[in-house]
Amino acid sequence: MNDSLLRRVCRSPAVWPLAGILLLLAANLALKPAFARITILDGHLYGLPIDVLNHGAKILFVALGMTVVIATGGIDLSVGSIVAIAGATAAMIASHGVTSLPLIVGGALASGLAAGAINGLLVARLGVQPIVATLILMVSGRGIAQVLTDGQVLVIRQPGFDFLGNGFLLGLPFPAVLAMAAYAVAWTIRRRSAAALMIEAVGDNPAAARFAGLATDKIRVAAYVVSGLLAAVAGVMMAANIGAADSQRAGENLELDAIFAVVVGGTALEGGRFFLAGSFLGALLLQMLTTTLYNLGVPPAVAPVPKALLILAVCLAQSDRTRAWLSQLWRRSP
Amino acid sequence: MKPVLRRRLPLLATSSLLVALFVGTGLCYDGFFSVRVVVNLLSDNATLGLLAAGMTLVIFSGGIDLSVGALAGLVSILVATLVEAHHVAPVTAAAIALVGCGLAGAGMGALVHHFRQPPFLITLAGLFLFRGCAYWLNTESVGITHPLFARLAGDAFEIAGHGIPIVALVLLAGLAIAWTLGHECRFGRNLLALGGNETSALLMGVPLGSTRIWVYALNSMFAGAAGLVGTVYTGSGNPSFGIGLELDAIAVVVIGGTMLTGGRGSVPGTFVGLLIFGTIQSAILFDGRLSPWWARIVVGGLLLAFILLQRFLVTRFAGRDGNSA
Repeated sequence: MNDSLLRRVCRSPAVWPLAGILLLLAANLALKPAFARITILDGHLYGLPIDVLNHGAKILFVALGMTVVIATGGIDLSVGSIVAIAGATAAMIASHGVTSLPLIVGGALASGLAAGAINGLLVARLGVQPIVATLILMVSGRGIAQVLTDGQVLVIRQPGFDFLGNGFLLGLPFPAVLAMAAYAVAWTIRRRSAAALMIEAVGDNPAAARFAGLATDKIRVAAYVVSGLLAAVAGVMMAANIGAADSQRAGENLELDAIFAVVVGGTALEGGRFFLAGSFLGALLLQMLTTTLYNLGVPPAVAPVPKALLILAVCLAQSDRTRAWLSQLWRRSP
Repeated sequence: MKPVLRRRLPLLATSSLLVALFVGTGLCYDGFFSVRVVVNLLSDNATLGLLAAGMTLVIFSGGIDLSVGALAGLVSILVATLVEAHHVAPVTAAAIALVGCGLAGAGMGALVHHFRQPPFLITLAGLFLFRGCAYWLNTESVGITHPLFARLAGDAFEIAGHGIPIVALVLLAGLAIAWTLGHECRFGRNLLALGGNETSALLMGVPLGSTRIWVYALNSMFAGAAGLVGTVYTGSGNPSFGIGLELDAIAVVVIGGTMLTGGRGSVPGTFVGLLIFGTIQSAILFDGRLSPWWARIVVGGLLLAFILLQRFLVTRFAGRDGNSA
């Protein structure tokens, strides 16, 4: 009984990112024991682990959308640009004298929806390869965001807007709470409905899924729309966090972070299978790595180096070739 | 439609677009029809052109390389650091950079081939790695005082009172090399075979591994050359040089009529695509009222138009099924 549980845990794809997080935590504690200290101030929790959750929220959101897209056998390279567009849209609406929070946030989310719909239509209806289709928005999206904000960093002055990026709910940072809620909702949908099954069927074998009566085109469009919407949520949060829309830097390289979080979490890029817990832990692992590097005084610009090496290591570890080679070695040695 | 015409349709479409764009811009803005503008079109886009030339070959093989912009940035700051801080001869520094690029590219190619990893993922990791290494060397740009760099940034010779910059000639040389490799020798045919259908290429006896590793190595060396040209042109090494250029390069290649699915395309098309890209940028510069960011949006729109044209051609004429992705 115990043995089978242990085996099941070991076989779960989430075990690798979890091991990585624990390893990083141990390394941090050994180097700087103050790392895990959590203090309570005015009923709010503060500390580096809370920071990881807070700043990781944007990767969590984008990775959730990316998980769905990758599960359908696609990829969304445009999420970084959508983050910039959503922030720019929010700033543009606010700068026109609109003070209603739902309008500002709604406009930003609508821009994400529209961007996702364009991606989805290109992929599903026009049959363009996902990498190519989303590349179009990746190239032009940042330009659109820059034109919306006139190439400037637009400050957003709206008291309620600040809460979305810096507020606290139940003692935890609001972005972190919202991200966890999103994963809980996604997990419930996966458990309680056939949506996940359909997504996986489309990713596994589109032709078979179509013959089985699934509306493959609609499912694929929906996946990109979800990804665009969640990227827009991340964009609103980043804009709220700094109180401004920075079209140049917002969401820079976020597409790689999201893809990485998904791949580390055990979701194969070929599609057909996805793991929500894996993506969740993968995103946290990535943020943990970034926070650790800052904590150790590595300049932010150099931080991509260890990240890239980790990505390469994970890719190689998950490759069939490496596994075959290792299992051969395993069989030969005893 | 005649087969020859059909095959040339993307290139014809691109060329007529270039002519229409150039004439249209020239009619709208005074002083656009001048030798200076044409020469600047070449020298201002020399870096991008070299990146696009290499990218064309990689896309021939059905791959993609997102790391080239970052690699150009790394070469830029590496050469500047070697020359200014360590007093290495510029030629030696350039040679070190190019060989390093070749090795890095071969490494990425080997990962793509031997571990069957998607090229965009491996080269995206390469993007992070090279950019991070560039900032590691120096987070600030380094001015170069060596006299050779100033001389290289100057003109090679004069034609009718107009100086032809050396960097423009380097661009043309790079394109000629890419053209020779891609269209005039066995390597290019292997690339196209590999991009068209990997299994049939293997059955035809194409050396898949060496072809793939070589094309990534070559492309990285093109990126290194682009970094060198950029360093010469700006007179300084900059770790943030070339950010986003990989996307522009891919856009130029696609506008030039090369299929992103691999197996079909042309280097001359890439040159025409580069000129279109440059003309759009000069037009926005000449106008002066539009934000320079409009260039990215227009390029995105062109990218969309040409990809749709390719889809149309593939499904309509080539008789392949629609699911070639």
